[in-house]
Amino acid sequence: MAIAREAEPVGSLHEIREAGLAREDLLGIYRNLLVTRGMEERGHILYKQSKIPGSFYTGRGNEAASVGVATAMGPHDVGAPLHRDMGVQVVRGVEPWRIFSNYMGKADSPTGGKDGNVHFADDHLGLMAMVSHLPAMLPVAVGAALAFKIRQERRVALAWFGDGASARGDTHEGMNFAGVRRLPVVFVCDNNHWAYSTPTYLEYACEHIADRAQAYGFDGVVVDGTDVLAVYREAKRAIENAREGGGPTLIECETLRMEGHAVHDDASYVPREMLDAWEKRDPIKRFLTWLRDNASFTEDEDDGIQSEVKRLLEEAVHRAEAGPLPDPETALEGVYAEPEELDMPHFR
Amino acid sequence: MAVMTYIQAISAALREELRHDERVFLIGEDIGVFGGAFKVTRGLQEEFGEWRVIDAPLSEVAIVGGSIGAALVGMRPVCEMQFSDFVSVAWDQLVTVAAKQHYRAGTPVPMVVRLPSGGGFSGGPFHSQNPESSFAHVPGLKVVCPATPADAKGLLVTAIADPNPVLYFEHKHLYRRLKDEVPEGRYAVPFGQARRHREGTDVTVVTWGAMVHTAAEAAEAVAADGGPSVEILDLRTLVPWDRESVLRSVEKTSKLLVLHEDTRTGGFGAEIAATVAEEAFEHLDAPIKRIAAPDTPVPFSPPLEKRFIPQVEDVVRGLRDLVAY
Repeated sequence: MAIAREAEPVGSLHEIREAGLAREDLLGIYRNLLVTRGMEERGHILYKQSKIPGSFYTGRGNEAASVGVATAMGPHDVGAPLHRDMGVQVVRGVEPWRIFSNYMGKADSPTGGKDGNVHFADDHLGLMAMVSHLPAMLPVAVGAALAFKIRQERRVALAWFGDGASARGDTHEGMNFAGVRRLPVVFVCDNNHWAYSTPTYLEYACEHIADRAQAYGFDGVVVDGTDVLAVYREAKRAIENAREGGGPTLIECETLRMEGHAVHDDASYVPREMLDAWEKRDPIKRFLTWLRDNASFTEDEDDGIQSEVKRLLEEAVHRAEAGPLPDPETALEGVYAEPEELDMPHFR
Repeated sequence: MAVMTYIQAISAALREELRHDERVFLIGEDIGVFGGAFKVTRGLQEEFGEWRVIDAPLSEVAIVGGSIGAALVGMRPVCEMQFSDFVSVAWDQLVTVAAKQHYRAGTPVPMVVRLPSGGGFSGGPFHSQNPESSFAHVPGLKVVCPATPADAKGLLVTAIADPNPVLYFEHKHLYRRLKDEVPEGRYAVPFGQARRHREGTDVTVVTWGAMVHTAAEAAEAVAADGGPSVEILDLRTLVPWDRESVLRSVEKTSKLLVLHEDTRTGGFGAEIAATVAEEAFEHLDAPIKRIAAPDTPVPFSPPLEKRFIPQVEDVVRGLRDLVAY
């Protein structure tokens, strides 16, 4: 028996309007889901063409979880999304060419080639740069929430982690401190059931990770991470509760990592039946069906969005490919910040 | 000028910075109501409230990680590790998140970690360490080790204003032992400028923190004995460190003794010795000498701890050896 609340699926268009989304917003969500998956599909091709060095990670299966949560964020909120959360980058407005450019290690990318993957910050969009040590960014996001509380700002910080990272101490310290001080932070667990090759029953012994929230003094909720509208509704509720001084919430989005840990990994350890079952719940197909059934979504509208996304991504790939590689000497620059950099507004 | 102890100078700097800049806040274990394990923050919560002098749970990761997050959204956190030894728990936050943030993501992390360090009180292996060299090895961090009350205040002001993560090692053995004149009001002591603690012509001693005073006692002892004239340079900051002043002094004296309380192998003294060997070899009249703690944990029992921490007589012997070479 779960301790955390188990969220209901979202039903009608009316219910969605109540949660704050107009039909136009729903089409935006659909578009963002397509951009999210499309970026990773194109990135994978670029990787196979050896145009992306290092390794390449995708979040296939997690699109609805990341888009749903990010859609519920306010313009001045901040977050520290991870490598399965491309949808957060897309919804916050990171231009796709910049992400491709960062994958390729280009000079005009957000990190200038200093770091790869989606390891970058965007101060203006409220995005913090993840590190590979998961969930090290969780206490950091809690610190942003602490700053908001000290300054009495109506802003919320979002902190992402996974089923694997739930086993680490940073998760506990971050959540405990946030609970003690009732900080405006929402913890989002992308539970995709596999931490590299390790299944959840070897990561934790409780039924749901969200069950732990009660022990930290706040609410936990488990939501179907393939249902973008249910994720949105739960995230919106949690974020607004935090904004109003209600403290943290832990949202656990249940998904399946539909591809390997990184693209070199064939994930042969994931049972075929598990993949088949979750393939039937593909978040994008599922939302498309919902739009047709509940929002009179037409073939023409779908074609229009599909071709806009295709064009956007093609232009983005071209722009990123055309960018220069960094001057080797820039490897030596930027270790320390200069005093004048503190004058820049950041994370507005 | 007011006469203050080293610990009073740290408290004064914190109070003045809290008054001067509303973005500054303090966070640590037992620092608020209780005033801190060493009473550095006594009275500050009363003046500034519980949201600017924050009692944290026993959570070094949350304290340091939280400070990073607050710095990233425009605050100026000054966090306290109750003992510098406990910073090992927050290593990942400092080394993985804070140190690499600006290089890879371009965002400054203006924060200070205060680290009461050093031995001499039978604190044992977990309350006596000097881990400054470990952090000096990490690009992206700055490392500060004040040796006098005036520097304790001025370097802390500079650390809080710095746009980078700064580790401020305050030596516990100096807290109440040192009393000296400290300028009134806010003033900043710049990083990377060594202080000549004693002028001399025959041997240069490069050191920092509490060992500055061990070196001074040794220099007085050999001088009283008609021995060599010893110059002592207090580095003040290890990152950045003042290579120029060290090289200039060695050119003058031709003999170098590097002294630190941290353990020997891979200690920052090795970096200083290597730099002088590379850049001032032709000025040297003797091999560079290092005096440091042995490569062991810090032992508890007084005779063992005395054997561990470099003593005045060890430095006297080192100075005599160098001069006799």
